[in-house]
Parts: sequence; structure tokens; C-alpha cells
Amino acid sequence: MRQYFGRKLLIYALTFFAAVTINWMIPRFMPGDPIQGLVARAQVADPASVDAMNAHYRNLFGLDVPVWEQYMNFWGALLRGDLGLSIWAFPTPVSDLIVRAIPYTLALLIPAILLSWWAGNRFGAFAARRKWLDNTILPVGYILTATPYMWLALLLAWSLAIVAGIFPVSHAYSFSLTPSWSPEFLGSLLAHWVLPFASLFLVMFGGWAIGMRNLIIYELEADYSNYLLALGARGKLVRDYAFRNAVLPQITGLALQLGTIVAGALVTEIVFSYPGIGYLILQAINSQDFFLLQGVFLFIVLGVLIANFIIDAVYTLVDPRTRVRLQGAGA
Amino acid sequence: MSQADQISLPAESGGAAPGQPAAPAPVAARRGGDTLYFALRNKKLVGGLIVVLALLVLGVVGPLVHTNSPTEYLGTPGQSPGGEWLMGTTMFGQDVLAQFLHGLRSTFLVGALGGGLAAIVGMAVGFVAGYRGGLVDEVLNMLTNILLVIPTLAVLIIIAAYLKVRGVMVEALFIGFTSWPWAARAVRSQTLTLASRDFVDLARLSGVPTWKIITRDIAPNMSSYLFMTFILLFGGAVLAAATLDFIGLGPTDGMSLGLMLNNAVRWSALQLGLWWWFVPPGLGITAVVGALYVMNVGLDEVFNPRLREM
Repeated sequence: MRQYFGRKLLIYALTFFAAVTINWMIPRFMPGDPIQGLVARAQVADPASVDAMNAHYRNLFGLDVPVWEQYMNFWGALLRGDLGLSIWAFPTPVSDLIVRAIPYTLALLIPAILLSWWAGNRFGAFAARRKWLDNTILPVGYILTATPYMWLALLLAWSLAIVAGIFPVSHAYSFSLTPSWSPEFLGSLLAHWVLPFASLFLVMFGGWAIGMRNLIIYELEADYSNYLLALGARGKLVRDYAFRNAVLPQITGLALQLGTIVAGALVTEIVFSYPGIGYLILQAINSQDFFLLQGVFLFIVLGVLIANFIIDAVYTLVDPRTRVRLQGAGA
Repeated sequence: MSQADQISLPAESGGAAPGQPAAPAPVAARRGGDTLYFALRNKKLVGGLIVVLALLVLGVVGPLVHTNSPTEYLGTPGQSPGGEWLMGTTMFGQDVLAQFLHGLRSTFLVGALGGGLAAIVGMAVGFVAGYRGGLVDEVLNMLTNILLVIPTLAVLIIIAAYLKVRGVMVEALFIGFTSWPWAARAVRSQTLTLASRDFVDLARLSGVPTWKIITRDIAPNMSSYLFMTFILLFGGAVLAAATLDFIGLGPTDGMSLGLMLNNAVRWSALQLGLWWWFVPPGLGITAVVGALYVMNVGLDEVFNPRLREM
């Protein structure tokens, strides 16, 4: 057990290390000098002041020391939780901006992931090998998984918010209200949450339903299913066993899909101007705020790693075989 | 050779969600005519193929026939579809049809290049890791696992943000080099099951070089699986590019479907009700990727007799 988690933790630690290194390297080794860009934006013609500005920025970004020292300093600052100051929302520290945005993103992501996973698996298992459901509703699933997140979000925003006027189009709550725990404010939060949630939910739902449907078909072909049926077991019982076996790869699938799902949440937030991480990314790109962008990147990597670890833990809980094997290996 | 062994595999190889092919490669030794017979009778495969080919023709030939520039301001702003402008104009009077056709073209370009590159890297890593084993496998597997958990799109966002000039080709290149890990893992696990077969042992005993064993004995035996992997990588690359373009990190010169969506949102096509600006690009992406997925299911049924009836 300990060995297994030790190995996983090593991989995650290496991943984080790689991510931080990428984060450090990209601005320094990319073609084109960001500092040149910053100086050029100031539109100063006088060569003396250009030199002075160059020196100033180099010092500000810590570029005036040897490369290995820059790398060490980068880690040092990171471990102190110092991600630099945002240019877009100067002089707010990047970490503050991220901490403020996180609750919104998580409030969208966690319910959408869990509910779509649960509902998609149930539905996919139900539809498998049932002729008309399989032939009529599953094509819908394929269309849903193929839909870019932002497009579904746009369609929902346009149809349900702008044309029908049922839901608000953008932001997390109505600006006429001040944030508080009053029912009115919570209602406004909920109304603003529904559409971004729905568009994330629908795209993911299609994917899980199809994955489950395929897996169930494989499981129903397996020897144990045929054996059970030959023994005269009810179809429902066989399906229940098939479901329990098919759920395992779906858990692994969830871990593999996390990156894509997070990206989907980012663009959905952009469509609805929802003040989460995705919205921060958009602002960072529009105002060339590289500190913010890099801080957000590290945060996303960290979040995905933590989620992966949780999924690993759940997997060992759910699948008795891994547990037995692990204990066997540990002994 | 036991087919049953192979067919029970996919469930374990962890492939479920849209990102993974659910089926393994059932031996390609079957006569080609047989496969073709079932392929032509498979509605999903034929239907998907027709949609993909139709859109491909539209993307390749379209811009040659409909020669309007996708970026120039040509007509009255915000005109609804019909009449002179078949698909209407944007808020600036750009021709939506021209944008759509050029966008389709770059969608296919990104998919083919990015998906192709990812397939090549993934296969190379997967074959070598699975066949060689030992330390090589350990190292490659570690690398794959690390890249697998890094959220690729976040990396792409960072890279793209620092690039001043971005072309469709560069975008495809970066997508290709970051999206191969799951393919490598899938190919590796398939290779592992093949590497211990008698015919591979025989080849190795008779002194055939490694790369020849991989290309002659291993790859052909999982060709259908490799092809399906490529299709999924193609779809993934298209979606990744659309996401990047939508965030505003798309090609700085040229047009793409994601860029159309980006522009539409940025200039509030939603509020102005210019639906013809944002509906077609998303529909195009969904049609291409959805048709590819459906095609994949069809292929799965063709190569895997157990799924065929129904």
C-alpha cells in the first residue's frame, strides 16, 4: 500500500517539478523577449531611457543574476507563496486574485464532474444493448462529446438567456446586490450558476454515457456474464455485475480526462464572464499579464495533481483487487 | 491465436471516456475483402465517412470557389443570411461563409498535422517501451505518466501566450507534441501483449532487427487499433485548437473556426443576436469531431465481429 502510494506520489512530485520548470523556462527561452515588448509598449525613443528601462525590468524580473540562481530564486519565491504582482489588477498579488477566483471555478467544476459522471454512467449502462435507446439516444451522446464546451455554452446563453430570458447571461451574481448570505443573493448566485453548470454537465455527460455503454457491452460478452446467464440468472443481476466491473475503467477515464475538463470549464467561464480561473486567464492574456498567467498555470497543475491523487485513493478503495495485490506486494 | 483474450482487454487498458478507443486490435490477418464487405455495410462508418469527406471537400475546394477574403470588410455589417451574403456578415461586414470555409480548412490542417504528429510520437514511444521493456520502458513510462497528468491545455496556453506570431502550423506542432501520452500508453499495453507471441519470438531468434520486428510483425497486427487511435487524436487536436483559438491564442494570421467564435464573443454577437456568426463555426467543429467519433464506432464494429450484430 505504502509502496504504491509512494510511487504515485513520486510521479506527482516529478510532474510538479516538471511543470514548475516549464513555467520557468518558457518566458526565458521563447523566441522574442518579453522585456523588449514591455519597453516597446512604453514608446520611448530616447536610447538612454530605453537602456534604463531595460535594466529596470531585468532587475524587476530578477534576470540580472546567473541562470541557475534565477531558477533557485524562482523556487524560493514559489515556496513562499509569492507568485508576483498582477499587471492587470496592479498591485494585487497574483495569489490573492487566484484565491478569490478559485471558489467560483470549483463550484462549477465539482458538481458538474461528479453529477455528470454518475448520471452518464447510469444512463450509459441502462442504454447498452437496448435497441431503440442505443440507436436513438446514443448518437446524441456522440454529438455532445464532440461539442466544443464553449459552443454549447454559447448556444445555451443565446437561447435560454438572451432569447428566452429565463437565466441571466453573465457574471456570478447580479451587480445590484452586495454579497451576503441573504436568500436573495444566494438565489441570484444560483440563477447565474445554472447555465455554465448545465453546459459543462451536458458535454461530459455524453462522454461518460458512451464510455459506459461500450464497456457494458464488453462486459456482457465476458465469460462470467455468459456463465451467469447460462445458470439462469436474471438479466438485471448480470447487468449489475457488469456495471461494477465497467465502473473501474471509468474511474481511470475520469483521471485521464481531468485536464480536458478543466480546459472546458475555463472556456465556459469566459463565455459567461464567470469570475473564476478561466476569466482570469482571459484577462491575463488580454493585458499581457504573464505573472498572472503563470500563477494560474501552476495552480491548475496543482489542482489536477491533487484530484488525480484523490482518484487513485478512491480506486484502491473501490477495486478490491488492487488492495489485495498491494498488500501482497507489501508483505 | 485466441481472439477472446484480445477482446477482453480494452476494459483493463483503461479506455472509456471519449479520449480512448474502447476496443483493441483484433488481428488484421483477416482477408481484406471480408473487412471491406462489412465496412461498406456499416451505417455508422459510411455515414461518418460521408460527413467527414463532405466537410473536407468543402474546406479544400470551398475557398477556391468562393474567393472572398475571410478577413476583409466587404459588405454591410451585421447582415443576416440570405441574398448576396449566403451566411450573412459579421459586425464588421466580413463574409461569414468565407470565414467558415477557411476555418474548416485550418480545422482539418490542425487535426491532420497535430493528430498525425501525436500518433507518430505516441506510437514510437509505445512500441519502444512495450517491446524493449526494462530500463527503457521504465524511463519512457515515467515520462508518459508525467505528461499524462500535466493539463496539456494549460501548457499550450502558456506557450502560445509567449509567441508573438502564431500560425496554424505552429499550433498543430505544439498540440501534436503534447497530446501523445495516452496514445503511447495504449500502444504500449497492446505491444506488451504482442511482444511475447511466438511469431515475434521467432523473428527475434532469427536475428531480425528490432525496428523491423516492430514495423513488420507488431504494427500490422494492431493496425486497426493504430488507425482508430489516430482518429481520436485527430478529433482531440481539433478540439484543443478550437479551445486555444477561442481563448484568443489562435492563429494571428488566418482564420479558424475557434477564432470565429472568439471574435463573435468579443464583439458581443450574442447580445446583438448575430447568431449566424457563432452557430456555424461550432456546428462545423461538432460535425467534424462527431462524425469522426461515430466513424470510430463503425470501425470498431467492422474489425471486431463480436460487436457487429444488433
